[in-house]
Amino acid sequence: MSDNRLAARQIELEVLRYNPETDQEPKFQNYSVPCINEWCVLDALNYLKDNLDPTLAYRWSCHMQVCGSCGMMINGEPKLACKAMLRDYPDTIRIEPLNHFPIERDLVTVADDFIAKLKRVKPYIIPGEKRVPTEGEYKQTPAQLKRYRQFAMCINCMLCYAACPEYGLQPKFIGPAAISLAHRYNIDSRDGGRDERQEEIATDEGVWECTFVGACSEVCPKHVDPAAALQQVKAASTVDWYLEHFMSWVKK
Amino acid sequence: MAKSNKPIIWGTFAAGGELVSLIMPVLILLTLLAATGHVPAIFGYEKLHAFAAGWFGKLAIFVVLFLSLWSQAHRLRITCFDFGLRADGLVAFVMYILAALGSVATVVYLARI
Amino acid sequence: MGEKMSRRPYVREVPPTTWYFRMPRYMRYMVREVTSIFIGIYTVIMLVGLMRLSEGPAQWQSFLDALKSPGSVTFQVLALLFALYNSFTWFNVAPKALPLQFGEDMAPDSVVAIGHYVVWVLLSIFILFWAGVF
Repeated sequence: MSDNRLAARQIELEVLRYNPETDQEPKFQNYSVPCINEWCVLDALNYLKDNLDPTLAYRWSCHMQVCGSCGMMINGEPKLACKAMLRDYPDTIRIEPLNHFPIERDLVTVADDFIAKLKRVKPYIIPGEKRVPTEGEYKQTPAQLKRYRQFAMCINCMLCYAACPEYGLQPKFIGPAAISLAHRYNIDSRDGGRDERQEEIATDEGVWECTFVGACSEVCPKHVDPAAALQQVKAASTVDWYLEHFMSWVKK
Repeated sequence: MAKSNKPIIWGTFAAGGELVSLIMPVLILLTLLAATGHVPAIFGYEKLHAFAAGWFGKLAIFVVLFLSLWSQAHRLRITCFDFGLRADGLVAFVMYILAALGSVATVVYLARI
Repeated sequence: MGEKMSRRPYVREVPPTTWYFRMPRYMRYMVREVTSIFIGIYTVIMLVGLMRLSEGPAQWQSFLDALKSPGSVTFQVLALLFALYNSFTWFNVAPKALPLQFGEDMAPDSVVAIGHYVVWVLLSIFILFWAGVF
């Protein structure tokens, strides 16, 4: 129906480059890339690497918004390069590695900090009642599933960390995705590990570093709404605190 | 790492934020009306004094001022940090002392009515 | 692991006093936080009003007169605008802290948000009536 659907388009890519072996600091390098309007930014980068400059380093894998590898700043906004469609962008696109993470090389960032935090919050089911397989499966109703399902959609792409100014200002902050995943397991009916996770997330560098900017939820490509998870963790932790300090006799 | 004690203040921030969001605009509108010559009847001395003398009036005034003071003090603390004032401990101390003094003053003035 | 790779990660510092100029959403957040300055000062004004009320009719009248100064009116207009901004931002995000589940399904955010707006309008009208404005 439309002639320009597959129209060729010349896109100017301004890519932040950094080579740890030769560069003191990152600098932009411009490329003029022949593109198709229906491409995503990742397609343009792949064309660039295959045809114009094989030295460009960036991460990607699935090309379908599942693996969470190709997060980068696209015109100043944290995006998955595979989800950023060229048709939504002007002819000049600025591409930088994700904010708030150290640059390993070009568009590749160092994710060690996030991975360490993810491990700390124990993002897996810690069964409330221990059973052996012969005793049957852990059952869950659809209503129980829907309580946490949204928070289970996280693909660990770290866009929320690149968007969160409090993480940028206070790198110790455990951050949106890790706390959301802790919350996801805390409210899972099969889980009994909340007390262990609270030791990590109900702390000053846990959820209390969050000031509810809400940027995490605005940039999340999977509509996880980390800001909601964190406010719910704050509310629950506040109830915990008052119970622990003023009504300790309520708990056995 | 130890669990945080921030919930003490956050409890008042959440409750205060809710209350302030619901009633602060209309309260400001009332004084603004008074300031522009359309004095609402409640601002007559006898009427307001009688309201503040009753137990319900005292409770309402205390709850509004207490929650507003503590919620705004907490948000101001965060605002200072966000503007780059990194002495968070000092800022928190000053803000919460001010909120505590304001709370005590509220009780004192209410007791005198 | 054999030969060492030459790793020299480059850290981009976040400017602690100007970071919020980087994105419009950060600016909107800072406006929301700055409302606390205006609402905080207004709370202190209410506290002064309470003090004047406790001191007697003449003192209360002088408080009402002080409200009429141009500076005071300007401040109150600004405070009203910031308070409204605070209210709307609060109502819009309130659903995040208050997940509701009706039967099997989670309620959409709009339920809690619209509920807040309705309560806000009704309460404001009630207070205006109570204060004798109508």
